[in-house]
Amino acid sequence: MTSTHDMRQLFQAKAEAVSAVVRTVASPQEALAYTVELCHGKEACQLLIAGCGEALSPKARELCDLKPQKVIAAPGLPPAEGEALGRLCAARGIHLTDRPLREHLAGIDIGLTYADYGIADTGTLVIDSSSEQLRLATMISEIHVALLPLSRLRATAYDLEAELGALMGRAPNYTAFITGASRTADIERVLALGVHGPLELHILVWEDK
Amino acid sequence: MQTAKSLKEYKRQLQEALDNGFLRGTLDKFAVAYPAGRAKAFQGIDVEALVAEIAAAKDAAIDCLDDLYHQFRDNAAARGIHVHLAADANAANRLVAEIARETGCRRIVKSKSMTAEETLLNHHLEAAGLEVTETDLGEWIIQLRHEGPSHMVMPAIHLSRHQVADLFGEVTGSPQDPDIERLVKVARRELRRKYVEADMGITGANFAIADTATLGLTTNEGNARLVTTLPRVHVALVGLEKLTPTLHDALRVNRALPRNATGQAITSYVTWITGPSPWEGTPAGERQMHVIFLDNGRRELARDPTFRQVLRCVRCGACANVCPVYRMVGGHQYGHIYIGAIGLIVTYFFHGRDNARNLVQNCINCGACKAVCAAGIDLPYLIKEIHARIQTEEGHPLPNRLLSLVLENRKLFHGLLRAARAAQKPVTGGTAYLRHLPMLFARQHDFRALPAIAARPFRDRWPALRPSVAHPRLRAALFAGCVQDFVYPEQLEAAVGLLAGAQVGLEFPDGQSCCGLPVQMMGENDAARRVAARNVQAVDPDGCDVILTLCASCASHLKNAYPRLLADDPALAGRARDFAARVMPFSQFAAEVLEIPAEAFQAGGPRATYHAPCHLCRGLGVRQAPKDLIARGGFDFVAASEEETCCGFGGTYSGKFPQVSSQILARKLADVEATGAEVLITECPGCVMQLRGGARHRGMGLRVLHLAEALAERLR
Repeated sequence: MTSTHDMRQLFQAKAEAVSAVVRTVASPQEALAYTVELCHGKEACQLLIAGCGEALSPKARELCDLKPQKVIAAPGLPPAEGEALGRLCAARGIHLTDRPLREHLAGIDIGLTYADYGIADTGTLVIDSSSEQLRLATMISEIHVALLPLSRLRATAYDLEAELGALMGRAPNYTAFITGASRTADIERVLALGVHGPLELHILVWEDK
Repeated sequence: MQTAKSLKEYKRQLQEALDNGFLRGTLDKFAVAYPAGRAKAFQGIDVEALVAEIAAAKDAAIDCLDDLYHQFRDNAAARGIHVHLAADANAANRLVAEIARETGCRRIVKSKSMTAEETLLNHHLEAAGLEVTETDLGEWIIQLRHEGPSHMVMPAIHLSRHQVADLFGEVTGSPQDPDIERLVKVARRELRRKYVEADMGITGANFAIADTATLGLTTNEGNARLVTTLPRVHVALVGLEKLTPTLHDALRVNRALPRNATGQAITSYVTWITGPSPWEGTPAGERQMHVIFLDNGRRELARDPTFRQVLRCVRCGACANVCPVYRMVGGHQYGHIYIGAIGLIVTYFFHGRDNARNLVQNCINCGACKAVCAAGIDLPYLIKEIHARIQTEEGHPLPNRLLSLVLENRKLFHGLLRAARAAQKPVTGGTAYLRHLPMLFARQHDFRALPAIAARPFRDRWPALRPSVAHPRLRAALFAGCVQDFVYPEQLEAAVGLLAGAQVGLEFPDGQSCCGLPVQMMGENDAARRVAARNVQAVDPDGCDVILTLCASCASHLKNAYPRLLADDPALAGRARDFAARVMPFSQFAAEVLEIPAEAFQAGGPRATYHAPCHLCRGLGVRQAPKDLIARGGFDFVAASEEETCCGFGGTYSGKFPQVSSQILARKLADVEATGAEVLITECPGCVMQLRGGARHRGMGLRVLHLAEALAERLR
């Protein structure tokens, strides 16, 4: 049995190997602040919506124009954390949306979600995404920030069979394993990030016991 | 998509592919990069054990395919999933179109599915007036080009960034920069609007878990997630063989699938869908979920004792990644829809004999696919079996019948070889090579110098060579094989010399003939069986401890195929097993049994590299013994980076597809040249023939020696 420390190291190494950013924070509150600063540091995002700088067909371009300001979506956050995030966003002039994300399909800047579990040997996050809001937050965001309390970390996917079985037993269920950002190597086998989903994945971890 | 109507047309298309410089460069880079990436991804994992576990679990699932289907269907019904079973491709396509009509869907987004490629679903839906957009980047590219995939995992690997830029220029109406990052972003935006507009999403599935009615989907791009989220109807088209009892089975396959496919520990996304999750596109919206299981011959395959293992395939594409022929010609020439070794086989079952006939002949039998298969499928064997089956169905070609006839009759065969020696005199010019190819060979064979038949075969020299050992510690029967007996007897002589003084009682059973591999390669199973029977009768396994052979191809055929070929012969089955158990290649015998020491040889030999014969390293798992002997022989050994890559010989293969064989050889010799070695050593007369002939043809000044010859030169 690997020690907790080894497992955490392995998780970080494997996640970083697929270009995820892994940061240790002291608390969920620090994670919220990190997220807002990350969004703030993102430059003039309207011009940088992934792909909008390129030569597009008129119809694809229409979607680019739908996006008026920096947007964070954080479905599924506990109410107190949601409120705290709202205050931090307001201070930076960022819009924290609580609208259906189907209204934001052009893309949002950051999707902030909790992860249900982490898998060390592949650097994977496990997220019960049965809620469409939560699912879209992890799909249409340019940066996905995932929060992972370390008590939720397991060595391998096999060690999560009981938990996954319980999720699948409560149909309808939509569970995602997420490892790094969206990627493709379909053109000349050259790796490119952010083909359909997030361009970046940030994982914020903390000791919760 | 390979659709050539004749072998001649197929060969012409192969030549076009061989002349495609971009394709060759891309596939070459990939072939070199892939093994390293794969090895890294599997670090710390017992691959052999994992593959065996997957194979066993898959076999168990194949045993109860119908039960698993019923279990999935019942569990799915309880979870609001509509389940359908389509008997064939047409039925599946019609079902999808019907669901679209009933649910009022017009626009469809699709994520990658080989099963939908198998049924040519897009064509059908477009003909039904539906708009279908592939969302996997590679699939979208080939859809826009109206092509089929050229690799199961990387469908557009045959295209350059420039071609993609031109294509995207047409799609967007704006000129595009051939910068890959930017092209990917263009696809991101263009496809995003397709998701927004779509009312139906179609996916395949990597796993269909029966006990929870869960679909598992692996993707890197994340397109399957959008396809299953934004549209209000989700249809999954799933091959029956994707049914698996439990989540554990799926997780186990998923340990191997991405590692084997692309050298990734896991894909970016693995999505587990159990039932239709709420659809929030409209306030009262509801999602519909359909799973269509495709039979299309799978249930019949499950009952076929020989071919059922085909259903183990997890569609990782690794069999193409390591195939030396795929590397030269690419996927459009190496599959109808399914690509690579598995494609050669399933084409027959899913797309018919006409589409399989040419393809199944284009296997060089190097075994690289079998060695890498995530599910342990004996791919080369099954390819030959399909070849044989087609010939049984259609009649055997005349050259096959003639060769079978000749090989089954040893005296006739050897008589012909002796006659050929006399006839070749005008074209050897007194050298050991055929200086001008007789008419019998086409011009295409001119890529290597072919050896002449030796003045006296080994069997005629044997009586004078036979060592007399009063008290042998081991008795070995020499199995010569026809190439060494009649073309390279000096290789056998060298071995006899090396064994002198080792107290080995050596015999050369006279009744032996060709091992039969050439007829097996031509799909002539009955002839292969009869030749095997003759050899097993000619060499008495009880009369020796070891059946020693210096030909890796013979050794692998004798050891691996004989027990199978003679399994149903009550008189010979047991003897064939005893026979096979005693077969041992020369290097293993010399290095590990006799333990010939370094002291037997002079030190300070020239720089030498090694070519591992396919049938030795993969066929018999003998990898270290030859290299140990090279080192003990005093050579300055330097490993070639592609030591275990096929030389392109493949016996009758190089006669049938000389253009491919010569290109594989060229790549091999370039790799050897990069080592700076003066001597290239190998342990199979076939490889010697190919490599020596190629080196001579190129004027390389490289000496190509059989291991026994190389060692004999260094004896003190």
